[in-house]
Amino acid sequence: MSADELIWRIAGGSGDGIASTSQNFAKALMRSGLHVFTHRHYPSRIRGGHTYVEVRASADPVKSRGDGYNFLLALGDSFARNPQDEAYYGNEEAKPLAENLDELREGGVIVYDSGLLDPSEVPNFEERVEENDWHVYDIDLRSLAREQGREVMRNTAGVGVTCAITGIPLEAIEELMRDAMPEKILEPNLEIMQTGYDLVHEEYDVDAPDVSVPSGDHDEEQVLMSGSDAIAYGAIDEGCRFIAGYPMTPWTEVFTIMSQNLPELGGISEQVEDEIAAAALAIGASHMGVKAMSGSSGGGFALMGEPLGLAEMTETPLVLIEAMRAGPSTGMPTKPEQADLEHVLYTSQGDSQRVVLAPGTVAEAYEASRRAFQLAYEYQIPTMIVYDQKLSGELTNVPASHFDREPNGDIGMTLTEDELAEQPHTADGKFHRFQHEGENGVSPRSVPGQKAGRYLATGNEHNPAGHISEDPDNRVAQMDRRQRKLDAIREDLDGDGLLVEHGPEDAEYGILTFGSQQGTVEEAVDRLNENGTSVKALTVAELAPYPVDAVRSFLDSVDEALVVEMNASAQFRGLTQKELGTHGEMLSSLLKYNGNPFEPAEIVEGFTTKLVDGGELPGNETKFVPAAGD
Amino acid sequence: MSAFSAIGEEREIDRNEYTPEIEPQPTWCPGCGDFGVLKALKGALPEVGRTPEETLLVTGIGCSGKLNSYLDSYGFHTIHGRSLPVARAAKLANPGVEVVAAGGDGDGYGIGGNHFMHTARENHDMTYIVFNNEIFGLTKGQTSPTSPKGHKSKTQPHGSAKTPIRPLSLSLTSGASFVARTAAVNPNQAQRILKEAMEHDGFAHIDFLTQCPTWNKDAKQYVPYTDINESEDYDFDPTNRADAQELMRETEDKLYEGEVLTGVYYREDDRPSYQQEKQEIGEMPEEPLAERYFDGDYEWERSYDNFIDKHK
Ligand SMILES: Cc1ncc(C[n+]2csc(CCOP(=O)(O)OP(=O)(O)O)c2C)c(N)n1
Ligand code: SF4
Repeated sequence: MSADELIWRIAGGSGDGIASTSQNFAKALMRSGLHVFTHRHYPSRIRGGHTYVEVRASADPVKSRGDGYNFLLALGDSFARNPQDEAYYGNEEAKPLAENLDELREGGVIVYDSGLLDPSEVPNFEERVEENDWHVYDIDLRSLAREQGREVMRNTAGVGVTCAITGIPLEAIEELMRDAMPEKILEPNLEIMQTGYDLVHEEYDVDAPDVSVPSGDHDEEQVLMSGSDAIAYGAIDEGCRFIAGYPMTPWTEVFTIMSQNLPELGGISEQVEDEIAAAALAIGASHMGVKAMSGSSGGGFALMGEPLGLAEMTETPLVLIEAMRAGPSTGMPTKPEQADLEHVLYTSQGDSQRVVLAPGTVAEAYEASRRAFQLAYEYQIPTMIVYDQKLSGELTNVPASHFDREPNGDIGMTLTEDELAEQPHTADGKFHRFQHEGENGVSPRSVPGQKAGRYLATGNEHNPAGHISEDPDNRVAQMDRRQRKLDAIREDLDGDGLLVEHGPEDAEYGILTFGSQQGTVEEAVDRLNENGTSVKALTVAELAPYPVDAVRSFLDSVDEALVVEMNASAQFRGLTQKELGTHGEMLSSLLKYNGNPFEPAEIVEGFTTKLVDGGELPGNETKFVPAAGD
Repeated sequence: MSAFSAIGEEREIDRNEYTPEIEPQPTWCPGCGDFGVLKALKGALPEVGRTPEETLLVTGIGCSGKLNSYLDSYGFHTIHGRSLPVARAAKLANPGVEVVAAGGDGDGYGIGGNHFMHTARENHDMTYIVFNNEIFGLTKGQTSPTSPKGHKSKTQPHGSAKTPIRPLSLSLTSGASFVARTAAVNPNQAQRILKEAMEHDGFAHIDFLTQCPTWNKDAKQYVPYTDINESEDYDFDPTNRADAQELMRETEDKLYEGEVLTGVYYREDDRPSYQQEKQEIGEMPEEPLAERYFDGDYEWERSYDNFIDKHK
């Protein structure tokens, strides 16, 4: 067992406190100087059903969940109600132990709660333990917790046991518990953790740990954040003070963070009747001169297609978030996928003027959120952030200083009353809100309540004063002006860090990807290079307007490229080919759409297959699609 | 100084100020009831003391949705059925602006029915005018949610098997704090009711009967109208919810048979508007949110100062 990383998986029933326990554990490891990265797997159920969270910790920066894991804490599903073999959801009770063994590395550790889990229900358990050289600790965590009065604290007992086995000092976790828990439950929790810890020391020989924890050091203070946290904070820092939404996983996370914080900041949050209303409210607030946002996930975003077009035509600044999950339809509500890309790029009628950003990391999510507001308000154009369930929920450490930025309440191209007085008006005093001029396509706006700013905003084609017009010359002038914004934005975004290259500059091969697969691809690239394959990666975070020149020059610099994405129809590869109009013959695809994000090893395998002509991928988890020509 | 000096300006307002000098060619048919709504609105706004620049008229799609092409104020012509959610947020963002929403019966009771129910429930402080011509006008005469049972149209050639919607009852049950019905052929009453509605602090819904001589010739059947607030036959107290409900039931049963009752059916004066409720529980700033973006001295709060500690 290598000492350079710990990947701890805590498994149990949904609702058993797996998420909060793992979050504390991750934070404790981060505070001790390690780099951490979490991966969350959960079913679409409130209570019960197999769930796990992995916490990966290493002295070196970590960018993905890693490959497999080396420490299992199996808690048992306390909500399992239907243990018959033929039950709909399978044998719930045994799942935390049974379901997780495939990815456990050789020499790894298993701690299971013998109070709830019976290894005789796990097929070939003994043989597999033997074969894989696993170290098994059967500890009755349930009784241990019950003795202290609270069975739900099995988690904490498990953390105590983990610390004893891996040599993590309890203090780090204690400190976090003190911050997070009220006195009444703190004391029993601390006691239970200590008891678990002591028990291991009394009954097992742990002087030479089976899995040890690396030691590390940060040169600056770190924070533990998710993509959803980062998007919400980016919006707040950019002066967004109005949000309207309707819950849908995983968008709910951003919506919740915003709703919990906006009132304290003097902002407004509205939970409304549906997603059409949600986007329409954001438009209404933005029309009045307030920085506003809305968002949803696949199905809810489908309803927003209509108001999205209204924002385009009325040139109302609007920021929409699309947190993808596996579709079509309700799909797999809690599983990540990158298959809404075309939905976000093309939904709504007519020739579309919109910006789509796809951050790849937690740190980038913050930037993308700020950038989205700047573009939306500067160019009066809907700007969308598309990401997925993976990036929304995974936690990782980011230097705290990354978020130490100046706020920005600037409302973009909106005039003051003094400026309005100087603008062109029609004879009856109507402001020329939609002037044809404007090199970058932007025509400055007024907001209701301002003197000399009266105009009509309409989703119909309109003349400069906003009157509905079907005049052909005006139509062309207005359409051309709106289209001009895209060229200006493309230029504006050039060199904005939205394209991230990784690997040796003169590499022979390339990997092209977008969004949350960035970190995993980069780890795979490092490994491929270590193994003697010369490869570099490009992650594209600006999907519309598409950075044609930059992607073209990346592809021109390599012999062949693999496009990695989490969907079945190679949407990102399709977009790239459409935008470039060439290079199709050198782009093959590696796809995954089973609900789980890529692991680095799968990309390494996929890449190797691509190079070894005619090779086959070992599993059926990922799919290789050869190049197709232009 | 406020960044919105048009708000609260006190001066004599001439109703002609609302008429665009460069008037777009009206697209309404001769004799259309929509002209009556426009006229009443131009009469009521100066009476309420609202200037064109502190008024936002939000409309949907349909013949009715064109209203703000002919009323020279700030306007937002949205999309079919969506005027209310846009209007709601506009009011929350800058409560000083007078927000009036308008649309057809297809727009408001059909495609926008869900928004109607929820806006009424929340009691947003705004006026909502539904042009009720019992037909889809702009798309050329299809059956609408208020068309009578048995109504024949190109899309319902055998006559509609559906009972028409009951806009007044629906509005009251959903929670509107002001419910009235008026008609384009009664311009004086219409103007009076519009004024009361705009002065009302909460969601004021007006079912505005508008004739569509092009597609719905039967609309003429509505004359004569009785004003329940003025008729001696109805000793009616609009603050009595039970009476309002009873009378609504009666008129909505008989609408297609003869006497049409109009007037203010229900008025709940002591109920706080949504915006007041939201301020009460600390979910909405006292100062208009929109002001802040024009205040160069405003200190924007940062996530770093407020939330970073809990991630450390
Ligand atoms: C989403 C959508 N569906 C359908 C239409 C077509 N449409 C335009 S107006 C209208 C009906 C209008 O009827 P109503 O709201 O009663 O208004 P009126 O024209 O009678 O004033 C319809 C169906 C549209 N514009 N948008
Ligand atoms: S079709 Fe009917 S509602 Fe539309 S303008 Fe003509 S008369 Fe008025």
